[in-house]
Amino acid sequence: MPEQPFQSEGAGAVAGSGGTGGAMHLAASEAEALERHPPPLSGGPRNTTPEAPDPSAPYASATSADRPRSLWSDAWRDLRRNPVFIVSALIILFLLVISLWPSAIASGSPLKCDLAKAQQGSGPGHPFGYDGQGCDVYTRTVYGARTSVAVGVCATLGVAVLGSVLGALAGFFGGLWDSVLSRVTDVFFAIPVILGGLVLLSVVTSNSIWPVIGFIVLLGWPQISRIARGAVITARQNDYVQAARALGASNSRILLRHIAPNAVAPVIVVATIALGTYIALEATLSYLGVGLKPPSVSWGIDISAASPYIRNAPHALLWPSGALAITVLAFIMLGDAVRDALDPKLR
Amino acid sequence: MGRYVVRRLLQMVPVFIGATMLIFLMVNVMGDPVAGLCGDRQCDAATAAQLRKEFGLDKPVWQQYLTYMANVFTGDFGTAFNGQEVTELMSTAFPVTFRLTVVAILFEIVIGITLGVLTGLRRGRPVDTGVLLLTLVVISVPTFVTGLLLQLLLGVEWGWIRPSVSPAAPFGELLLPGLVLASVSLAYVTRLTRTSIAENRRSDYVRTAIAKGLPRHRVVTRHLLRNSLIPVVTFIGADIGFLMGGAIVTERIFNIHGVGFQLYQGILRQNTQTVVGFVTVLVLVFLLCNLVVDLLYAVLDPRIRYA
Repeated sequence: MPEQPFQSEGAGAVAGSGGTGGAMHLAASEAEALERHPPPLSGGPRNTTPEAPDPSAPYASATSADRPRSLWSDAWRDLRRNPVFIVSALIILFLLVISLWPSAIASGSPLKCDLAKAQQGSGPGHPFGYDGQGCDVYTRTVYGARTSVAVGVCATLGVAVLGSVLGALAGFFGGLWDSVLSRVTDVFFAIPVILGGLVLLSVVTSNSIWPVIGFIVLLGWPQISRIARGAVITARQNDYVQAARALGASNSRILLRHIAPNAVAPVIVVATIALGTYIALEATLSYLGVGLKPPSVSWGIDISAASPYIRNAPHALLWPSGALAITVLAFIMLGDAVRDALDPKLR
Repeated sequence: MGRYVVRRLLQMVPVFIGATMLIFLMVNVMGDPVAGLCGDRQCDAATAAQLRKEFGLDKPVWQQYLTYMANVFTGDFGTAFNGQEVTELMSTAFPVTFRLTVVAILFEIVIGITLGVLTGLRRGRPVDTGVLLLTLVVISVPTFVTGLLLQLLLGVEWGWIRPSVSPAAPFGELLLPGLVLASVSLAYVTRLTRTSIAENRRSDYVRTAIAKGLPRHRVVTRHLLRNSLIPVVTFIGADIGFLMGGAIVTERIFNIHGVGFQLYQGILRQNTQTVVGFVTVLVLVFLLCNLVVDLLYAVLDPRIRYA
């Protein structure tokens, strides 16, 4: 038993993940790895015992020397036991499900309203009550998830792809292209986001989510491109990149096979947190009346429509606001947890 | 130092031109600047053509942009939809937003840094975890929701404050809007201070100060805070520009007649002059704030020298 922490620290050093702090924690996870060696990425059993039998210890250190655990499997191991991650992942899973099949938990139509019931409180079958137009708040809140998730996911995908490609190219090749890109990102950073949204989207007449997504991608990519550029510049100076170049690897191979896997972590973290903020941004723009417009169902529209009736029917405002806040919170907490798991300094 | 300032000022020029041109293009190419002049009705073709000719809108866009910028630099921002000079609108709107921003920044400094120091010194205790969770919640609730909820609670339910702000907007009425405007940045400042304090607490100079037998409050205020606040001050400095531009939502909720209100009106009524003028000034404020922040670095951290 006394050798256990020592060995595991050795294994951590071999893996190159900078395992220094929290020796006990590391030891425990190593002990888990002892029990189920080959696939480090599958779901681990909960009933692991730290008292691993002595004979298996040398075998374990041999396997970890053969297959050093990557940053990703380390991070996944951390995440699986992080309650914050589990809770936020469950919330996000639930949101994804109800945005794909909203009728599973809400039977009515979000556009079917009855003015006679306007501003009524909750009743049987309508737990959230009715809004100012007599629409069922519960149904509208459930259907609103689809817009928010769609805007968030599409915008984040667009921003991440555009930003990381441009940023990675600028960071890898440097030179003129790099300085031009830096100036362009400066320009985009100087425009306040909500202001740009008001100006750009106020002239768009189409009532779909695509203009909103397009706008977010347009103003969001500089953020990711800066992160990606910095990460690529850091990764480019590593010895293995020099080695690959010395072996005659082409630029594209170095960039895709050697640099990208080592530079993608910060981009993923920032993109996850950004997804939450994009959902909030869509709601803010819809609240201001330039994002999505009334026939579509969105939390921002509902909150905006409910604000004049705030004295008589606060529930119409509170439920969509709560749903919006929980959604954004889930994505930000997920990003936070992933960051903690990927940051070797915190290990 | 002088050469550095000049270089930074020169670097600002392309960014300024790029940002204003982008806004100018968005407003003039995508929208129709003449459409707003006929009210809600459609302009008839002859009137529209006449107006275009009168305002020089039939010329190429780059020429319009150059003319506009030349006018701006002589202090002529054009006239708004109701015949008022845009500069006149600015002179009433900017002081209000400026006061709102000052209130917000004060909240950030006082509450944010205090909470950050408290949690940074008690890392891992319940207070720390609680405040961290709270900051996450504040960051994730969008500003307009925070604003509406606080307005409902404090203004309508409990009647502590007036739910909306009078046109004069004295400091006293701006307290709640300022807090709402500051809320997200406040949470960031708390987290930033906490991380910075917790990092520096383990540094050698703090150990030396404690070993010298200095009292705890002196170690914290003189040694720890002075070194930990550098990133916080730069964040707050850069935030001034963001707050002035982001005040649209807060000003709309609390009916404050500031920059955001005028911009919103300008956009609704498709008034090009107001929008482009205000945005130009906001971009300028933002760039100057960033410059000041970069220079502050050298003042706060003597290790940094600008060539």
